[in-house]
Amino acid sequence: MSFSPVRRIRSHRTRWRDRRRELAGLVARRVALGLPMLVGLSALVFLLAARSPFNPLAAYLGAGFQRTTAEQRESLSTALGFDVPWWRAWWSWASDLLHGDLGWSRGYAMPVSEVFAERLPWTLLLSGTALAVAVLSALVWGTVAGLHPGSWPDRIVTRVGVLVQAVPPFVLALGSVTVFAVILRWAPVAGAAAPGEAPTFGGVVTHLVLPACTLALTQLPWLLLAVRTAVARARGSEPVRAARARGVSPARVVTGHVLPVSLAPLVTIVGARLPELVVGAVLVEEIFAWPGIAAALVASAQSLDFPLLAALTLATTAVVLLGSLLADSAYLFLDPRVSADV
Amino acid sequence: MNGTVPTRALLATALAPTLLLTACTDSTEADTTGTPTRIVLADAQPLGEFEPVNGYGELGVSPIFEGLLRPESSGDDALPELVPALAASAPEPNEDNTVWDVELRTDVTFSDGSALDADDVMATYSAVLDPDTASEVAGSYSMIESVTAVDDHTVRFTLNYPYYAMPARLTLGITPSEEITPGPAADSERNRAPVGTGPYVLADLSADQAVFEANPEYHGTAPEVTELVILSVPDDNTRAQRMRAGNIDGTVLPPVTAETFAHVDGSEVLPVRTAEWRGLSLPSDHPFTADPDARLAMNLGVDRDGIVENVLAGHGRPAHTPVPDVYGEAHDPEAVFAYDPDAAAELLDEAGWEEGPDGVRVRDGDRAEFTLYYLASDHLRRDLATAFAAEMEPLGIEVDIQGASWDEMGENSTQAGILLGGGDKPYDLDTQVYATLHTREADTPTYENPGDFAIPGVDEDLEEARRSLDPDERVEAYHRVQRSYVENPTYVFMAFVDHTYVAAEDDWDRGPLVLEPHAHGVSWGPWWNLAEWRR
Repeated sequence: MSFSPVRRIRSHRTRWRDRRRELAGLVARRVALGLPMLVGLSALVFLLAARSPFNPLAAYLGAGFQRTTAEQRESLSTALGFDVPWWRAWWSWASDLLHGDLGWSRGYAMPVSEVFAERLPWTLLLSGTALAVAVLSALVWGTVAGLHPGSWPDRIVTRVGVLVQAVPPFVLALGSVTVFAVILRWAPVAGAAAPGEAPTFGGVVTHLVLPACTLALTQLPWLLLAVRTAVARARGSEPVRAARARGVSPARVVTGHVLPVSLAPLVTIVGARLPELVVGAVLVEEIFAWPGIAAALVASAQSLDFPLLAALTLATTAVVLLGSLLADSAYLFLDPRVSADV
Repeated sequence: MNGTVPTRALLATALAPTLLLTACTDSTEADTTGTPTRIVLADAQPLGEFEPVNGYGELGVSPIFEGLLRPESSGDDALPELVPALAASAPEPNEDNTVWDVELRTDVTFSDGSALDADDVMATYSAVLDPDTASEVAGSYSMIESVTAVDDHTVRFTLNYPYYAMPARLTLGITPSEEITPGPAADSERNRAPVGTGPYVLADLSADQAVFEANPEYHGTAPEVTELVILSVPDDNTRAQRMRAGNIDGTVLPPVTAETFAHVDGSEVLPVRTAEWRGLSLPSDHPFTADPDARLAMNLGVDRDGIVENVLAGHGRPAHTPVPDVYGEAHDPEAVFAYDPDAAAELLDEAGWEEGPDGVRVRDGDRAEFTLYYLASDHLRRDLATAFAAEMEPLGIEVDIQGASWDEMGENSTQAGILLGGGDKPYDLDTQVYATLHTREADTPTYENPGDFAIPGVDEDLEEARRSLDPDERVEAYHRVQRSYVENPTYVFMAFVDHTYVAAEDDWDRGPLVLEPHAHGVSWGPWWNLAEWRR
């Protein structure tokens, strides 16, 4: 068993080549599954909407629906295109989509593509920050807890984690608004910029802290507990014990040996919990009046704004599929024992 | 091994949010003077539906648009007077109220610089009446047969039938004729780029806020409040929290949430009156409710004061008929049902409805039991339906409440009761009562008199009032309508609701509140006449 540097590099290379082939297979399989799934799902949105007891005209007219005659309702439905069968509505939506036209959102009175352009960056900023904060905190606190299972920091971190997991996200959101924005007045209550002003860097950062931390907090427990378990397991593993025996410094043992092994489960969990992040973002955006796309999901569902609802459903599904693909691909590289045959 | 790295990092991540938060506390604060020229309000509605053809600012209240007439209020306890806005003088009817001529002001320009003329008025009204625009409010203008220009500055409305209340239909916001495009109004670019003649223009519109600035082309006195910011904050609790944190000047809240501000320094709770009633229609094709004595007994057996107190947190008034006292002389204060459950029980006994073994009354095998539908998404209607069912139980009447969609309710309207609302456009009494109490006709909306009852004498009086040219005759006719109704009730009207707003206290002279239609939000409340606030 020699450890010549040349051989190590070469073995890395062959591993990369093998893995690349596996990765290509994985991507191809997922795309082959994912595309028909997206097509089917978009049709399902239109089918379910047509079969649901919600009447798009009632959503459109609101209280005024009460004061319409059957004749007026028929004429309105025709003018607004509510009277076509669901498969024709879906077909015309899908063929417009193929031509790059996402349709018109009645709820926001602008093209769906503009709704995305205006709101998506805000959601990416919020979810990205929240995910980064959650992953970093999970790594740090999970490591601290996992290194000393049963110690008081571990007991505190684990219990707080379980507690936070049990609190519904909207309670966390409203609670943090009450404490930090209303009582302490450290942060603004809601929105993305001071009322009436164009967003500035400082202003956005101020407005971002509370919703991003809340969203991070809702995502934290699972990540945290997973890291803690992985670190606790890695801590007792042979490579770590060997490194410690060689007299490697404690800090280096953690960064060089414990963490790399513990990272793999974290990646899977982040990938698998992307849908949760989307759901969390919906609640947090609604409560913090964050001008993002997740809030538009609620509004479009309530007003039966089909083009927007269908586009958002597809986009969300695509994000989840892509997230799990990325997580599985990353896993291939992080852990040589894993194969992509699953 | 005590990992020094993790401990330090732990502290860093724990403190980072706190440090960031404290670093940012010096954010901009509200104007400290008592009369800020910039007002920031939070609304529950999404922004960007500023299209008069689809009903935006329909009753002449909007920062951007004006109608031919506008409401001038002396307080929310009386009907506002409709006075000329874009009209040069009061509209002139012919001798039988079938043709109305309106002369326009000649000194008005739109915010895009074009001058107002008869074409703009014709184009706006014609667009509303055009089925292809699918205007949400077209139903309110069905009396109009045609709109024509007599000359550049005179418009003529020709009606299908004599209609004394036409001025109440002349408050619709006017948009330049060049702006009007074919196709559904909901799909029009005008929703986000409105051009009007009002005191403000929409200066900026983003995902969560709309900024209005003073309109330099405005023909009236320039507003002293020069900037209005409306934020879209859908969540009731978040709006309340923003109000509490003090960074907005006002918002609209449900009654119970608004009430929590009653003792908060620096803010005031403003309930504003409406003519909006809530009550239930009764089915005619049902053995129990088809009995006039049973309908009267239910009206006597419901504690309206209790319902206002408990369900509406006191922000409402009992409703006995669809006519509230804001109609002044036309309201008959005698047309009420005294709350008397004993008399109700006696009436039912006399009519032969006797208590059965399970406590529910029975007559000839028919049970005193019916289904009451409410719109499943409307919490207030649900609570009112529940309260009504609870009031009926001790009388031996079983009311099965059920949440439903409009379609389900429409299909069963003669076999089941429906928790309804009405009085959404209150500026004349005809729209307030005609369809609600008149026998159903071919063009009667589905949910007006859905029980399909005919009250003796009421049809004739309603028609006489609509066609009459003499205001005193109209008052008399409406009194007869109310008296016939209380003798032979076909609904159970329960309450008129208030809209509740919370506003920051300031030193502005805001002028009177105005009686509100169904539409509410921060275009109404104390801000309905923001352009006329004076120091």
